[in-house]
Amino acid sequence: MIWLTWRQFRPQAVAAAVALVVIAILLAASEHSLASTYTSSGLARCHADCATVASRFIDKLGSLDHLLYFGSAALMYLAPALMGIFWGAPLVAREFEAGTHRIAWNQSVTRTRWALGKLGLVGLAAMATAGLLSLLVTWWASTIDRAASIAGGPVPVASGGAAGLHSTFLVLARLEPVIFAARGIAPLGYAAFAFVLGVTAGVLLRRTVPAMAVTLIVFVVIQVVVPNLVRPHLVPPVHVTSPVNVQTTHLHLNANASSGQVAIRLASAFAKPGAWVLSDTVITRSGAEAPDVSVSSGGVELLVPPAACIPTLGSGISRVAKCQSELAALHLRQSVSYQPASRFWPLQWLETAVYLVLAAALGGVCVWQVRRRRVP
Amino acid sequence: MTDATAAIEARGLGKRYGHRWALTDCTLTVPAGHVVGLVGPNGAGKTTLISLATGMLAPTTGTVEVLGARPTSGPRQLARVGYVAQETPTYAGLSVADHLRLGAHLNPRWDAGLARRRIEQLGMDLKQKAGNLSGGQRAQLALTLALAKRPELLILDEPIASLDPLARREFLQVLMDATAEQEFSVVMSSHQVADLERVGDYLIVLIDSRVQVAGEVDHLVATHHLLTGPRRDRAGLPANQQVITDSHTGRQSTFLVRSDEPIIDPAWTVSPVSLEDIVLGYMGHSSARSADIKMLGARR
Repeated sequence: MIWLTWRQFRPQAVAAAVALVVIAILLAASEHSLASTYTSSGLARCHADCATVASRFIDKLGSLDHLLYFGSAALMYLAPALMGIFWGAPLVAREFEAGTHRIAWNQSVTRTRWALGKLGLVGLAAMATAGLLSLLVTWWASTIDRAASIAGGPVPVASGGAAGLHSTFLVLARLEPVIFAARGIAPLGYAAFAFVLGVTAGVLLRRTVPAMAVTLIVFVVIQVVVPNLVRPHLVPPVHVTSPVNVQTTHLHLNANASSGQVAIRLASAFAKPGAWVLSDTVITRSGAEAPDVSVSSGGVELLVPPAACIPTLGSGISRVAKCQSELAALHLRQSVSYQPASRFWPLQWLETAVYLVLAAALGGVCVWQVRRRRVP
Repeated sequence: MTDATAAIEARGLGKRYGHRWALTDCTLTVPAGHVVGLVGPNGAGKTTLISLATGMLAPTTGTVEVLGARPTSGPRQLARVGYVAQETPTYAGLSVADHLRLGAHLNPRWDAGLARRRIEQLGMDLKQKAGNLSGGQRAQLALTLALAKRPELLILDEPIASLDPLARREFLQVLMDATAEQEFSVVMSSHQVADLERVGDYLIVLIDSRVQVAGEVDHLVATHHLLTGPRRDRAGLPANQQVITDSHTGRQSTFLVRSDEPIIDPAWTVSPVSLEDIVLGYMGHSSARSADIKMLGARR
């Protein structure tokens, strides 16, 4: 059974191997300059003010690095889907379409072995491909990932000297959903799941093209649902509540010229670089969510600040003190729920396990259906 | 070649697709040790019966046993039955040699020498992709795959329906040679009686899921007679002469009758019948009967 499966799978295996080699060469070639930028930035040997050093390193990355950073992440999303569509969906459906299952099912091998052989060999190939790809990408991006974790949160970096004039390069900590799925061992689980999903769709629909479409749709839905609804709860998130610091020097006034409104921005009380923030709200003394307050990575913004904080012509320092005391009287507290950076690997293992369990369950459905299904 | 267990034994076998019955209440015994031709018009249920016997379909009602066991009940049972499916599918992307390797890997009783020899005799290129083979060569490849498995029973489902006359003749020749060399039972369905007459020694006529007649070809030919003589009603024939079809002109009557005893009535001119005449007779018999039923229904 293994021989036949391998013989049928050979062209796809060769294509995957060629693609892997091309990607490996591309990443290895560009890694050299990335590594030297990293070394010269001093981030590897940094002891103090590493966040600034990290930001400076990210700042120095070239446009090719930007391209590869996002390109490789996109590839990590694409690869499992492609394996589901082009390896999984046709695996059995094409046999039904060509009638060749009538040959396969009439050799001296049971359908169970036939199905297990196909699922096992091509499934392992899919996992190996995704694993190697992830290894390459994770290795290539390791310096950027490290810098992103140190710099803290999403780091919009204005490349070049003049701020905002050039395109900004946003790097994310590896625990952020966009990057998380493109690193470590999780892609292995995605590939296994997408592949078996494709096979199952093919077994049930018996037609390659509809099976491909269904595979893509279901996989995309799962890939949206899991990071939003499942991953945050794989490990119970950490909650912290701390008073909003009104005594800081980070007191910014944002005057909106068009509406004439004035907003006030305070520094965020939450500073855990590399953490994945699940929810970040400001609550009042009663514990209710404070109205007219928005929280972003930039800080806590009060859309309707106390009257004393609204600047008037000729206001002096005493007015700032009054503003601060009025702010303090609001007893605002910032409530954050997050996954700390240290949970990257536990979450990777758990998510991979979830996908592998799903893949195994679908694999069971496949074998059962192949045994049961009667296709003349 | 006297085997107690039948090649195929169906009891009350039925298969329904949605609301349409492809086969209803079919009870038949295909004896082992013969080259059995299964004939019938399109839609008689031949392919459905064979699909049920090879386990490609599951019955809606009844049971079917192949060589005394349930189809596809395990690797041992699979090894005993060779199957050449309709339109003789092959893996288009695999070469002829790959197909032989496939057979060798998947069958414990694989006869590699036999497979090689057959492919050589047919003058096929081992390196050629099956997708580039002619219809006839593809059918031969499928047959080789089934034969080299060394089955106890070979089931063929209209293997030559789409072939040209020459390829058809070659295919049957290979099949005949194989049955002469190896000892195995054959069941082959076709709607071409002439094809079966060349290779078969046993015939089953299946019409509307019913076995109309079954028996050894020689016996069928010996016991069916075409009688021509002065006009006479079918009721006027002796009880031991079963009328299959009759046709009448103003003064003359023609009957196809089945009788185990010789026809002695001097009024008849008795002419021998071919297998094709017999099969066509039974097909006409069946359609005439259903026409009678329809007329009865209309009169009511």
